Amino acid sequence: MNYEMGKIDIAWCPGCGNFGILNVLKRAVSELNIDPHNLVLVSGIGQAAKTPHYLRANFFNGLHGRALPPATLIKAVNPGLHVIITSGDGDMYGEGGNHFIHAIRRNPDVTAIVHNNMVYGLTKGQASPTSQLGFVTPIQVDGVFEEPFNPLAVAVSLNASFVARTSIHNLDLSLNIFKQAIQHKGFALVDTFTPCISFNKINTRKWYEENTYVIDGSHDPTNRNSAFSKACESYPWPLGIIYKSPAKLSFEENLYIYKNNNKPAINREVQWDKLKSLIENKKILSPG
Amino acid sequence: MPQMPSSNDISIVLGGEAGQGIQTIEQLLTKILKLNNLHVFATKEYMSRVRGGSNTTGIRVGSHPLQAPVDRIDLLIPLDKNVLPRLQHRITEQTIIAGDREALKTDLNVIDIPLKKLSIEFSAEIYSNTIALGLILALLKTDALIMKKYIGKHFGEKGDKVVELNIRAADLGFKQGHKLIENGTVSFPELSISDIQNDIMINGSEAIAMGAIAGGCQCITSYPMTPGTGVITFMAGVEHDFELIVEQAEDEIAAINMAIGAWYAGARAMVTTSGGGFDLMTEGLSLAGMLEMPVVIHLGQRPGPATGLPTRTEQGDLELALYAGHGEFPRIILAPESLKDAFYISQKAFNLADKYQVPVIILTDQYLVDTYYNIPPFDINQLVIESCVIETDENYLRYQLTNNGISPRGIPGKGKGLVGVDSDEHDEAGHITEDLELRVKMVDKRLKKLTLIKESVIPAQIYGSSDSPTFVISWGSTNPIVREAVTCLGNKDLAQIALQQVYPLPGNLRHILLSAKHTIIVENNATSQLGKLILRETGFQIDKKILKYNGLPFTVEELMHAISETIS
Repeated sequence: MNYEMGKIDIAWCPGCGNFGILNVLKRAVSELNIDPHNLVLVSGIGQAAKTPHYLRANFFNGLHGRALPPATLIKAVNPGLHVIITSGDGDMYGEGGNHFIHAIRRNPDVTAIVHNNMVYGLTKGQASPTSQLGFVTPIQVDGVFEEPFNPLAVAVSLNASFVARTSIHNLDLSLNIFKQAIQHKGFALVDTFTPCISFNKINTRKWYEENTYVIDGSHDPTNRNSAFSKACESYPWPLGIIYKSPAKLSFEENLYIYKNNNKPAINREVQWDKLKSLIENKKILSPG
Repeated sequence: MPQMPSSNDISIVLGGEAGQGIQTIEQLLTKILKLNNLHVFATKEYMSRVRGGSNTTGIRVGSHPLQAPVDRIDLLIPLDKNVLPRLQHRITEQTIIAGDREALKTDLNVIDIPLKKLSIEFSAEIYSNTIALGLILALLKTDALIMKKYIGKHFGEKGDKVVELNIRAADLGFKQGHKLIENGTVSFPELSISDIQNDIMINGSEAIAMGAIAGGCQCITSYPMTPGTGVITFMAGVEHDFELIVEQAEDEIAAINMAIGAWYAGARAMVTTSGGGFDLMTEGLSLAGMLEMPVVIHLGQRPGPATGLPTRTEQGDLELALYAGHGEFPRIILAPESLKDAFYISQKAFNLADKYQVPVIILTDQYLVDTYYNIPPFDINQLVIESCVIETDENYLRYQLTNNGISPRGIPGKGKGLVGVDSDEHDEAGHITEDLELRVKMVDKRLKKLTLIKESVIPAQIYGSSDSPTFVISWGSTNPIVREAVTCLGNKDLAQIALQQVYPLPGNLRHILLSAKHTIIVENNATSQLGKLILRETGFQIDKKILKYNGLPFTVEELMHAISETIS
């Protein structure tokens, strides 16, 4: 499979963690043998949200914060497609916060890779929902004092289908988690730590190396209470699969149209005969 | 004040608190009247509450098709004491009021039918409604057997006991009514009948929803908001039969983005909402404009700003629909006037959206979606789904620059090409661009489609002579009310121009308007939004305005009066 765009002008700063995410994502879809024609990358707006332009596949680069609603219905009307969302922390947790909550509740079989660099890059250095306390920016001049958004804890509280975190400095772990997330049936969240070399001088690659650890086999990701504790850990932050909700039906599986028939909604035709009888039934015919 | 001829129809008003069961009487009454081969037209006016308040339903019964509300009340059935003060201005000496004289506490002349007392004597208070139903049906000289049979069918699922009690209650009312006719207390004109057994009875929401299904709609995503909710509710009710995806979104922002995603992947999708919800959708509307993604939006208007009057009507969101969304992109705004047109226009909306790759807005209002009357059944044999989705080849470019501005639309997974769309300005492949020359080409390409769209605009309909010196202009749900008023005035110098597409405007509109000596515009809003649009698009300034914005639709008499005043 060829996922290469050829010679293109990439808008990221040299050394940006997004390059790592892009490369790992390409390897993941390649190793999973996903045909680019059946792959749709969906994003909102931001530096991370440009990812779909750099990987040869179908793409829907929509509005800021609005990646999840179109992704949900793309999958719903044609479940044969693989849908992967690649967007940033501001897009998914700030502007799109409400959709984040409800997409988890809805549980479409899509994968959300959130490039979490704890800062706004495209708008040049303001705080993001995940910026840490005390983080000084041109707008948060006295440092961030809002409680940082904890996407993993929120996801576990909503009984999300698959919740993981990786950090792009750890390529092998990231590849492994991306692949598991893509293969997982249901909504899969991968919060991916990544450095912003231009606007976040605190949470650097080195910082991520020093402040994260990989979860070992003693953590049971199917235990929601221990998953919640894991999700709440910080300094150091745990990396790995935090939570997997056992045997949840996906949004598509819950849709009546797919209960006994796999034919995608896009290929369903108007039931003219039924429409005729529906109209006929409005005639209020005399009983007897 | 000009009087409208009343020999051809009888106007009945039922009033009571929410939760008193007016809807049940309305449902039974309209259907039984239709079974008696009488034309029926029902319109609701209700408060935004589940219990209490004071709601009314107006029902016109006639010997010919009816499509407009009237002020005149021939028969008034008040179920509680708040109804009479509220309807005072519509009650005349000719109005027959029948009800519980003691409970109504009024100086008006009321024919005493102590519904509650009769009901309790008979069984329990809940049968008051059914007694009232029987009373009305007797006063209209309908067939008691049809009534009993239909009541039997209606309550059939609730068991024999319920059926029997309701039939007996209706019969009790029927006998009371019969007595009033026999002793000469009440005498309504005889209504001639015509065979309308084949007609269907639906409301506006159903007409829109059925039209959408006939338009190939596979998916509806929405957030509940009166009066838009009826459409998704109806579609959910039939989603199994028609294999639809029906999803209640977390908000209107999600709803429209979902629908756009569905179209991108190859489905036909719609959203339904009202003004406040549409406000939230404007960002998505702009996205559809940029992505050149078809999407169908049903916007059921209610009075604003903000929450406004949630359960009342207005034509106040034409400018909202017209200007919503940042940036410049073409759109289509359709405004069906009747149940029949709501069906066919809603069907057509999907083909238009698909063909031109633009958002199509179906602009209705609370009045239209809640009106309920009989019409001949829809002819679906001629309807087609004109899908413009292509199978892509490996060199496919989603935004290929073409002469007419329309780039063939592919979908993911269908063909050898890849389909990329972007809310940023983009190149032909859908990738972000800041090439400013290309930007100009893309803007031109998107706007060019408007020229094409103008070729298939629903023409302005003229009712009356096209040589008339005076034209009355109206749009959407107001059209049939204006039509009846103009007809009743019987003035040969008066004709109506009725619009069912408000953007782009019909190309011949300017020509028609220029031929008139006088023009009057009738709109259910405070600022004559269509008048302003006509001025902008055609340079034609309409002389006079008749505007109403108290939350209620126009009535025939009101328009007869206002039009006469305006032309004299």
